[in-house]
Amino acid sequence: MTQNEKRISRRTFLVRGGLGTIGVLAVGTYLFRNHIRRGIAGVVNTLETPYQGNTKTPIIWFEVTETNDIVLHSPKVEMGQGTFTSLAQMAADELEVSMEQMSVVHANSASGNIDGFATGGSTSVSALWVPLRELAATMREMIKNEAATKMGVPVTDLKVTEGVISTGSASMTYADIVKGVTEWDIPDTPALKELKDYKFIGKPIPRVDLRAKVFGAPIFGMDASMPGMLYGAVVRPSAIGATFLGADTAEAEQMPGVVKIIKENDFVGVIANSQIEAENAKNSIKADWKADKKWQTADIEKLIEVGKGTAYVIQKEGNTNDVLEEEARVLQAEYKSPIGAHAQLEPNGALAFVEENKATIHMSTQVVRITRDEIADRLGFDSEQVNIVPTFLGGGFGRRLHTPNGIQAAVMSKAVGKPVKCFFSRKEEFQNDTFRPPTHHLLKATLGENGLIEAIEHNVSSGDVAFGSPMLPGFAEPILGADLGAWRGGMIQYGGIPNYQAVSWRVTLPFATSWWRSLGLLANTFAIESFIDELAVKAEKDPVAFRLAQIQDDDRGHRLKEVIKAAAKKAGWSNKVVNERAMGFAASTDANTPCAQVVEVSIEDNEIKVHKVTCAMDPGIAVNPDQVRAQCEGAIIMGISASMHEQMFVEEGELQPTIYGPYQMALMKHAPKEIDVVLLQNSEVPGAVGEPPLGPIGAAIANAVFKLTGQRLREMPLKLG
Amino acid sequence: MTLSLNVNGAAQTVAITDENTPLLWVIRDLLELKGTKFGCGKAACGACTLHIDGEAVRSCSYPVKLAAGKNITTIEGLGNEENPHPVQQAWIDEIVPQCGYCQPGFMMATAALLNKIPDPTDADIDRNIINVCRCGTYYRMRKAIHRAAAIQKETTPKTEE
Repeated sequence: MTQNEKRISRRTFLVRGGLGTIGVLAVGTYLFRNHIRRGIAGVVNTLETPYQGNTKTPIIWFEVTETNDIVLHSPKVEMGQGTFTSLAQMAADELEVSMEQMSVVHANSASGNIDGFATGGSTSVSALWVPLRELAATMREMIKNEAATKMGVPVTDLKVTEGVISTGSASMTYADIVKGVTEWDIPDTPALKELKDYKFIGKPIPRVDLRAKVFGAPIFGMDASMPGMLYGAVVRPSAIGATFLGADTAEAEQMPGVVKIIKENDFVGVIANSQIEAENAKNSIKADWKADKKWQTADIEKLIEVGKGTAYVIQKEGNTNDVLEEEARVLQAEYKSPIGAHAQLEPNGALAFVEENKATIHMSTQVVRITRDEIADRLGFDSEQVNIVPTFLGGGFGRRLHTPNGIQAAVMSKAVGKPVKCFFSRKEEFQNDTFRPPTHHLLKATLGENGLIEAIEHNVSSGDVAFGSPMLPGFAEPILGADLGAWRGGMIQYGGIPNYQAVSWRVTLPFATSWWRSLGLLANTFAIESFIDELAVKAEKDPVAFRLAQIQDDDRGHRLKEVIKAAAKKAGWSNKVVNERAMGFAASTDANTPCAQVVEVSIEDNEIKVHKVTCAMDPGIAVNPDQVRAQCEGAIIMGISASMHEQMFVEEGELQPTIYGPYQMALMKHAPKEIDVVLLQNSEVPGAVGEPPLGPIGAAIANAVFKLTGQRLREMPLKLG
Repeated sequence: MTLSLNVNGAAQTVAITDENTPLLWVIRDLLELKGTKFGCGKAACGACTLHIDGEAVRSCSYPVKLAAGKNITTIEGLGNEENPHPVQQAWIDEIVPQCGYCQPGFMMATAALLNKIPDPTDADIDRNIINVCRCGTYYRMRKAIHRAAAIQKETTPKTEE
């Protein structure tokens, strides 16, 4: 990226005046020449993720309100990751306003301010780090220039404090200054402030959505409401691969509250006056489905095996093949991870109102543009006729990177000419998830005479993650070769090893598998970092020292070493069992953010108990250190849940279980009572935060369990024998 | 038919066609109080937790007919910006929510726990707070629960002899 491309061009900057509010409208200038390839890489790896904004029409970013507050229209959605707060901090610092003056709303798709890609991949803050601050700084200068004219003084004599511009003797608020102005001079993009001069960036500012969430404000997709709204319910098959044959709706049509029943090629929809009436009528519909095969868990396990499917070498250094041919010396182990559900608390669904020439859709989604286009396509509308109004997400985790469920509400609304709200039941949510694919790993290595790794190879077989997703254009698969979501975290991060190789085996499963927070990182790190521990044990070395000895001397290696050392130091690392407790260690590098974790584990009533987790992570600049910590804490607990408790099965052709409880997840009693997060900053930009801390936890626990019991647990969920 | 409910201190009359309608839908869709959430519909996750006569109840599986004449409290009635409940104040102090969807249910479960056990131990919390949070905010929640107990202790007037 050249300096020029980072700048907002004068020509593409427009401003709209209004009664007491102005909007700063900018045309996106952040596209890269090869934007599709960049975009594909962007969601998976944050090294240089562009903001992929609109290039044709003006888009709104900021409003100044009559009360002299600033409303930021965010193209990224808030799903708990704290992005709104970080964006508000970035904007406030360059706009010279206080945090109290800032509020953040989701930009709706009709405003044009939508990210062409998605909210995901731990990229929101890093992608907007430069453009958002430049937009804010430019708007500040525009207002200052206008103030200089209005106040009759040179702009250099003006001072700005909390949205008030003063000459020393007189002052005007931003709201006073912008009132009635319809034509603006656009200055060249001003230089950004020095990091040390920021008041909010780098500070643990409370979340901007904190109070709304504590007092129960109606901010989620399922809370959306419209006058005259009706309720929908959809009949879907529960079996894998089922096709719709027909449905008997006679009884349902006579039931109380039923307004209309529609039969589409792919679903039957009930529209009723209330939620319960829609559900009752739906339950009385007898639908015929046909599935060719009754899949079982064993069938799926047979598909997911290294050696089956298509192989792609994703990493190669030195020559592993020759070394690993000497079979007598080769150490090898297999690891497995199960099908995982997203299990986010707010089900998928939408409130849709389709009128003659337009559709308005309120919903929780991570993919505003794709969903808009899908709904438009189904309705026979142009994309511009569909306005997606994003709401706060009751959990994302990748589950809402494909949300075609907005289609059903839209089709039903069109059928009755009224707003219709329609959501998945929990059973439907579990059975129609886009699951984290199961994986199988084969690791092989040899140790050299120095007791370090001479050669290592990681083979991972996985269902699709990125492939098959509507976020990738169809032609991406042959270009990319291996599924970059499946191999995330699958490479060997110890560049000091002379020979290493990673191979990704692709298998497409009969049900949807896709993005799940951190993608392949969770399972791949579990396998690799457990195996590294096995090798350290074999070499009779301390696992921390063993790792440090095999890291290359470059920037990436330096950052990895630093988090490993920091975690070990803060935890008071010991390789001994003390008071029936053992520590386990693991580290990962995800999207350029290294993370190391030390866990303290004991065994109580033959159950693994995690008491404490020390986490050292280097995401570069932490725009909001408190929320970076919160992401570490949450990812650690979600990682404990996934690696110790969760598992979906395939029984008689259906994905099971279909409810919390039987789908075991970490509860309060399973969460560690101590989580100690150490943040390092060995990079001068904000990097990925939301996913990297999910990497080490599974392996760290398994490694501690081995130390305590001698049992090497090679399958998630981790259970003692 | 119509039913009389007492919600957050106000008498409400609702017209329903099915007296077995889960209380949750009456609260959310007829009374427009959206703070009480739908999570599973089977009393398995606790997102719909509210209070009936001071007890924590999972309203997705509680027929509305059973609530007639009883005192119902939702997150909107627990406290507000001007006068937050100790649990809400503790949640703010500890910056607990992430996505926030499950949080009202947890706060209602915690408020009910503190009514019974004013100063719960970690074991009390583990036994009684059994809702599901996918963002994994349990670590901060535990701190907030202890903090709420402390706030409540400071602000509760001593019972007169």
